[in-house]
Amino acid sequence: MSPARADGRPGDLALNLRATWGRMYVRVVGSAREPTWIMSDAVFPALSMASFVLLYRALGAPRSFESLAVLGGIMATYWINVLWGMGAQLYWEKQSGQLQLYFIAPCSRMSILTGMALGGIFMTTTRAIFSIAVGFGLLGVRVAPFALAPLLLVFVVTMTALYGLGMTLASLFLLYGREAWHVCNALQEPVFFLSGLYFPLRALGALGAVAAGIVPLGLGVDAMRQVILGPAARGWLPVRVEVAILAVLAVVFLILARASLRYLEALSKREGRLTQRWQ
Amino acid sequence: MPDHDRDHAPAVETRALRRTFAAPRNRPGAAVEALAGVDVRIERGEIFGLLGPNGAGKTTFIKILTTLLFPTSGEGRVAGHDVVRAAGEVRRRISLISGGESSGYGSLMVRECLWMYSQFYGIPAAIAWPRVDELLAVVGMTEQAHTRINRLSTGQRQRMNFARGFVSDPEVLFMDEPTLGMDVNAARALRGYVARWVRAKAGRTVLLTTHYMAEADELCDRLAIIDRGRVLACDSPAALRRQVQGGQHVELEVSVREGDGTGLPSLDGITAAWGAPHPERGTRTLKFRLPPECPLVDVLRQLEAQGVRVQGVATREASLEDVFIAVVGRGLEDTEVVK
Ligand SMILES: Nc1ncnc2c1ncn2[C@@H]1O[C@H](COP(=O)(O)OP(=O)(O)OP(=O)(O)O)[C@@H](O)[C@H]1O
Ligand SMILES: [Mg+2]
Repeated sequence: MSPARADGRPGDLALNLRATWGRMYVRVVGSAREPTWIMSDAVFPALSMASFVLLYRALGAPRSFESLAVLGGIMATYWINVLWGMGAQLYWEKQSGQLQLYFIAPCSRMSILTGMALGGIFMTTTRAIFSIAVGFGLLGVRVAPFALAPLLLVFVVTMTALYGLGMTLASLFLLYGREAWHVCNALQEPVFFLSGLYFPLRALGALGAVAAGIVPLGLGVDAMRQVILGPAARGWLPVRVEVAILAVLAVVFLILARASLRYLEALSKREGRLTQRWQ
Repeated sequence: MPDHDRDHAPAVETRALRRTFAAPRNRPGAAVEALAGVDVRIERGEIFGLLGPNGAGKTTFIKILTTLLFPTSGEGRVAGHDVVRAAGEVRRRISLISGGESSGYGSLMVRECLWMYSQFYGIPAAIAWPRVDELLAVVGMTEQAHTRINRLSTGQRQRMNFARGFVSDPEVLFMDEPTLGMDVNAARALRGYVARWVRAKAGRTVLLTTHYMAEADELCDRLAIIDRGRVLACDSPAALRRQVQGGQHVELEVSVREGDGTGLPSLDGITAAWGAPHPERGTRTLKFRLPPECPLVDVLRQLEAQGVRVQGVATREASLEDVFIAVVGRGLEDTEVVK
């Protein structure tokens, strides 16, 4: 912890860590308290995952395709969380008057967004466990043993890039207000397709793969598959390269998020329109 | 400014503070001047009130001082720190309570929600939790400590918001109509707490806006009356009342023939405020200060000549509302002023 300041108030590091934890707490606790989320965030994604597994099975596709669909289903829940739990979030918070309280607080705005992201990842991971249970338990999908550490590494890098994108979207959506809604809806399905959640990225052709690469979801899924299945995954680029691209994307998105949030805050102070005015 | 000077700097200081809002796109040309050059100095330890009709610029003033809005020109300082250039330093020292806000996350319990706010100010848990419990007792919500936010009534939510303003132990507390939507008893209790809170530790300061004269009168050490972005008077409530002493304050209950398009009757040389029509009795109240050289009968005759029937007369001590009418030229509540 950074030392307290001369005036007895906490130093920057302690302040921002606590702010992150405070914001994260909402989701950690909330996920346990709102059982209806189980339907939209766990059951529905698990169902579409199951339909792909069964489809592959009916078509007599290689068994490895099934595990690929399970992984896709899990990653889909993260993408939904990035869109609705990150992208649309600041817009919600503006409506509720919460945003004004963040703008007035001394903690950095990134610490709030980080709290949101970590909370979202935690929450979604609890849902993912559900999908895994359905995939491996109910549907009897099997994979050969694989190394856990590289998978974890790819996962962490992918999440950083993905939620970094979510943070950037959050400020963009705030800027565009209600239209954000439609953008959110519009982004959900095409990204599922482009990122090859349920089929190998390669199937899209080179151009499609590049497009998918911009959304970290596609790259991340591809890299994770390669770690789990080896050559059978029919990966797009070598894992190393994919992880490197993801890392660059992560940094770029985080910088972009910070910059757009700053721009947004300055704009709001100039025009007085982003914090709610009810008095 | 060196640090030791800042410790002695006033809690709030503004110089020629101006803020205009650009015209909305669909109505070009109609730029609004929300603040038209405000100079205010609030010392540490003061409870300072802003009184003004709707649209006077009170919220705009508070937003600038709480770093939510840039001034168009002029300067604002809080605890010696510039609100534009040193916004971060200002934020560490302030908090804002806005009546009518509905912040917080529905799935959290009241207690957790207040704790969460303390985290945005980096308060260590060992300090935060006891303080949260103490504040819950202050706002009378100890029983609701474990209730979820989305099950609170509007008034309870207001009270939680009120408590939120104190969790970070601010140096300067801004309150924008803090008791809006609270019942009379809750509002009175919270006013009492604000007064005690300020006195409990040296250097604590409160800046509040209100529409309730009683709140301003009871709570504030000094008041600024503001209208159309300008400070029209600034002094202690007692001194302000003295300004309008001399002469009698008269309240008439009258019935007026209305709807014939001639408007409300006026009085020669007297600024009078008409209350809204009384729905059952079909009367209005008319408030004015009677100048010493003018007998009341003359006024009554003037009214009679304009077709007004006077049904009741009362005189009383000067109140803040009289000051307000005299300074702003109209009443604060639902009144119309005729000169
Ligand atoms: N974001 C904004 N954009 C355009 N005009 C604004 C904005 N905020 C305030 N104004 C205008 O500035 C003026 C002052 O508004 P302000 O909210 O400061 O008044 P107030 O004294 O708080 O009024 P009330 O008693 O109704 O709360 C009003 O004419 C208002 O319409
Ligand atoms: Mg206001």
